[in-house]
Amino acid sequence: MYRSLRPIIIKEFRQIRRDPTSLGMLLILPAALIVLVGYALNFDVKHVPLVIFDQSKTSTSRAFLDKFKQTELFNYRFDVTGYNEIDGHFTNGRAKVAIVIPTNFAEDLLVGRDVRVQILVDGSDANTGAQAIGNAARITADYSTRLVVSAFERMGRQYYQPIDFQPRIWFNPDLLSNQFLLPGLIGFILVLTAVISTSMTVVREKERGTMEQIMVSPLRPRDVILGKTIPYMLIGLVEATAILVLGYVLFDIQVKGSILLLYAGIFTILLGSLGQGLLVSTVTDSQQVAFMISVFSSLLPSFLLSGFVFPVSSMPIVLQILSNLAVNKFFLVLVRGIMLKGVGFSSVWPQFVYMIVFAAVMLGVSTKRMQKRTL
Amino acid sequence: MNEYAIEVHDLTKKFGAFTAVDRVNFNVKRGDIFGFLGANGAGKSTTIRMLCGLLQSTSGTASVGGYDINTQPELVKFNIGYMSQRFSLYDDLTVEQNIRFYGGVYGLRNNRLRDRMDWVLKMADLKGRESSLTRTLSGGWKQRLALGCAILHEPKILFLDEPTGGVDPISRRNFWELINRLSTEGITVLVTTHFLDEAEYCNSIILINAGKLIAGGTPSQLKREHIKDPILEVASSNVVEALEVIRVQPWALETSVFGTKLHVLVKDEEEGKVSIRQTLSANGIQTQSIQRIVPSLEDVFLYLLDKETARAS
Repeated sequence: MYRSLRPIIIKEFRQIRRDPTSLGMLLILPAALIVLVGYALNFDVKHVPLVIFDQSKTSTSRAFLDKFKQTELFNYRFDVTGYNEIDGHFTNGRAKVAIVIPTNFAEDLLVGRDVRVQILVDGSDANTGAQAIGNAARITADYSTRLVVSAFERMGRQYYQPIDFQPRIWFNPDLLSNQFLLPGLIGFILVLTAVISTSMTVVREKERGTMEQIMVSPLRPRDVILGKTIPYMLIGLVEATAILVLGYVLFDIQVKGSILLLYAGIFTILLGSLGQGLLVSTVTDSQQVAFMISVFSSLLPSFLLSGFVFPVSSMPIVLQILSNLAVNKFFLVLVRGIMLKGVGFSSVWPQFVYMIVFAAVMLGVSTKRMQKRTL
Repeated sequence: MNEYAIEVHDLTKKFGAFTAVDRVNFNVKRGDIFGFLGANGAGKSTTIRMLCGLLQSTSGTASVGGYDINTQPELVKFNIGYMSQRFSLYDDLTVEQNIRFYGGVYGLRNNRLRDRMDWVLKMADLKGRESSLTRTLSGGWKQRLALGCAILHEPKILFLDEPTGGVDPISRRNFWELINRLSTEGITVLVTTHFLDEAEYCNSIILINAGKLIAGGTPSQLKREHIKDPILEVASSNVVEALEVIRVQPWALETSVFGTKLHVLVKDEEEGKVSIRQTLSANGIQTQSIQRIVPSLEDVFLYLLDKETARAS
């Protein structure tokens, strides 16, 4: 068995070494993605540009507005003197949030009347807008509470808050995006590179006619498939290791659970992705088409449908059903569970079952198709 | 051991409603160079691919080296070499790495691999270029290296599918000398080509058209048996006009252009010569010479193909 695989495996490694583009894709792309995702892909909204329309112009209003100027959540830019100026700043993108203080802000507060502070938000960037509203609301609520507390104290009474809301965050206490994204990135990179490189290596041989030459030899299709996928399996495992090491060195992301279990998961998703790549290669004889189908069938589902960036639970129901086609969805649950929560096999076995079924279907169908085509 | 290396009986391949190979029968003697001729798309490659185990036949049987292609494909594969017009080499590997790979695929190791590699390098005249990248080799070298890789495991039967496509004339001649040498060593060679001059190198030929076998035999047999009427070669002042006026004459059985001359098949040599001169001068065309020629294979095949087309329509 090994004797018939050996020449193919050796040849495959020699070709990978000589091909700068495939080497680049297998090694540089993952490294670049880790750095990009780790540093740039950040969902925490900070430094939102802010303008202030203070019609009260009192020490009371300034004390309130100072809370907005002191936080890094907003970037105080200008004071304005009218709504038309706010309009101008919003249109030019110089500001995304405006706070409007009414003329009788100080007087109303003093006598205990309700005060309406208006917050205008540029909604064209929905995520930033929503988070900015939340942040502004929190700052305002804090300030209000403080006013109430001091009012109570002046009356000589103890302030009492009926419900004390005390969030305590598990697994990722600082709510860092990259703690959540980087484990997911492992699945994304593995699926992408495994599908593309496997389909390309088979289709390239078809294009050159070398596949035909191998098929007239006594090697069985099974040996050919194994010989061609084993090198990419090894590369995938090396890649996964590199991502884990980089994540630890650059972002201090550690594996809380069993490394062995994590690698079992990595092995399983690689198996399915290699199968998917082989399946793509049985559909077409051209490298260009193979590349397009590979990218389309691996990048889109594992990026958009898997829950890597966008939570599956907030998708429309049709997409939620479709998301089950993305093997990365199941791997993500597994890898986040093992890495961030340190869970064991008992909580991720359903994911293993799914990924094994996926791999079996992909490898089974592609082997069948390959035998049919070449016999 | 019987006298034939390849025996084909009623071999048929259908792709959907299209019949690519239609009940083909032929036998190839051991040690022969067997030419398989026909236009592109006539079914040559499909037949070869079935014999090599690359395609499943729809019906019919064939044996290669004594093994049945339908029931013993693995044994067939051990005993054949196959080389296609694409010179299936890895461009991004060196000459030696290509040989090592194909050697490994056929299970050659250690001394045997070393001996055979040495033999291939000598045969292909690639000594000293072992570590050149294959993509830097010229067409002729690639062709010989591909041939070498196909016969590393010393098969008794060699299939060559359009082996001389895209190669310069000198390399083509060298290649045929190589094939001849292999044949004298007892290797049976089945070669497809659409170069009819190459067919002259073969001991035996078959012609296939639209999936059907239409003729077979040695080159000289084919020339003698099929064209009994004389062929006249006509040189004139205007070959195109000459073709137009002669083609419609009832005494001109077959008319075709060969270079700047016209080949006309007639019933009788002397009568034909007179009729041609009269017709041409009546149309203002000058006759430069008329002489009877020995038919070439090209004459034979054009004649057979015309007859086949006429019969079909």
